[in-house]
Amino acid sequence: MNKEQKEQYLRDYGTLKSQGKPFFPYAVAKDSAMAIVVMAVIIAMSIVLGAELGPKADPTSTTYTPRPEWYFFFLFELLRVIKPPALVPLATIGVPTICLILLFLLPFYDRGPERRPERRPIATTAGIFVVCAIGYLTYLGAAAGPPTQIDIPVPANVSSQGPEAVANFEAGSQVVAQSGCAACHKFGENGNSGPGPSLTKIGARLPAQAIQRTLLNPSAPMPSFSALSEESPTQFAQMVGFLAALK
Amino acid sequence: MAKIKLPATPSNPLSSPKRPGKKYGPSGVMGHAGEAGVTAVDWIDERTSLSGGLRWAMFRKVPKGTNWFYTLGSATMFAFLSQAVTGVFLAMYYDPSATRAYESIQYINNDVFLGEFVHGMHRWGSSVMVILIFLHMGRTFFFGAYKYPRELNWVIGVALLVMTMTMSFSGYLLPFDQRSYWATIVGVNINGTGPLVGPYLSEFLRAGPYFGATTLSRFYAIHMLMVPGAIAALMGFHLYLVAKLGTTAPPWIKAKPPEELREEKVTVDP
Repeated sequence: MNKEQKEQYLRDYGTLKSQGKPFFPYAVAKDSAMAIVVMAVIIAMSIVLGAELGPKADPTSTTYTPRPEWYFFFLFELLRVIKPPALVPLATIGVPTICLILLFLLPFYDRGPERRPERRPIATTAGIFVVCAIGYLTYLGAAAGPPTQIDIPVPANVSSQGPEAVANFEAGSQVVAQSGCAACHKFGENGNSGPGPSLTKIGARLPAQAIQRTLLNPSAPMPSFSALSEESPTQFAQMVGFLAALK
Repeated sequence: MAKIKLPATPSNPLSSPKRPGKKYGPSGVMGHAGEAGVTAVDWIDERTSLSGGLRWAMFRKVPKGTNWFYTLGSATMFAFLSQAVTGVFLAMYYDPSATRAYESIQYINNDVFLGEFVHGMHRWGSSVMVILIFLHMGRTFFFGAYKYPRELNWVIGVALLVMTMTMSFSGYLLPFDQRSYWATIVGVNINGTGPLVGPYLSEFLRAGPYFGATTLSRFYAIHMLMVPGAIAALMGFHLYLVAKLGTTAPPWIKAKPPEELREEKVTVDP
């Protein structure tokens, strides 16, 4: 906006304002009605949905699913959409930071005098696109269940080692399932494809030692399983054994 | 050319002056009692001069054509106030220690009078506030209300949005159940992947390299002292700017200057 347009705006706005109604009581009445609606919605949600408490936080537990509050789903889903491990920092921090900076600086790069949405095609299209993208990612986040079951056929090289190996494999599969790994990793047909890499053939890519190291010292955002290895070394060993057997 | 000063008009030309000897103001005990409210307000105003500011804020004009979309901002503020009040009541019973937090929430839910109701209001109120703040931002965006002269108010609004998200992130840990614990661990780890400040930020949030006993009290301090204070202060500035610059008119409303101010078209005969 140049100086002339600014003055024109202030003049027009002054005229509109002088023809308006006083804030009190007209706008205050509308705001109060809205406040009553907001209050009613909050009270109704509290009565209908309650404030249930899950089981107590247990750092050593293996049954959990890291699931944020629903309005963070779109940020979390970004991790699934941007898959290659090298780009994970881009998804976790890069894209949100860039979007936030763009949001902060919006009035400084969109300086046109036009205010009607239908005459600002770029801004309106971008706005609708962002709304749809956030809505779609939130829907994906809500739909992506935290699976706690992994059905994987016992590989031939395990079943050939006798029933003990098979039992260990199945116990490990259960530990992995209960630990919520499938919330971020894919195991064959089970689990979500991202943010973590697919673990369907992880045993072929990494030896057991390396898998164990990753479980103890993972790269963010994966949580560490060092507490599990201290509390319950057998379960941890079964977990490593199961993952190493996936070939 | 020097202008002749007009004499000041009498403040109220219709009321006739009192007769000489008659006292001004109310008389008798009842008269003074009836004026007590006015006297008290006058006493405060004489020392603070607040009435001018109040009149300025309350009786400013709002342009023609403002609709229900314009109540979203105040609705967001109202949701924040509701969060503040319910939060105070929860803070009376909550214990931000890793060993007692879960039990104190259980106590609120099961034993405190209306405890679960207030807890539920606080929990779902956060969702309502996030929805309202996004709707308010959407209205501002699509109506082009962030343009001159309201750029600064947009920037403050985005800061308020970030703080609201910080509030819900830090509050999510406080019940200290499995869901909140593990979600927060992953959330803090995600922060840690950020460039430059990332590792320091997640270390600050965890109060150390690992998730420990002080993490919870740190989140509690952030959730109920640091961020709400900043939100309240910025909200005050946001509102001041709204009153100062005025509520925007819907973009499709055209300004029609009043009849008497319209320029007359002068036609000159050739």
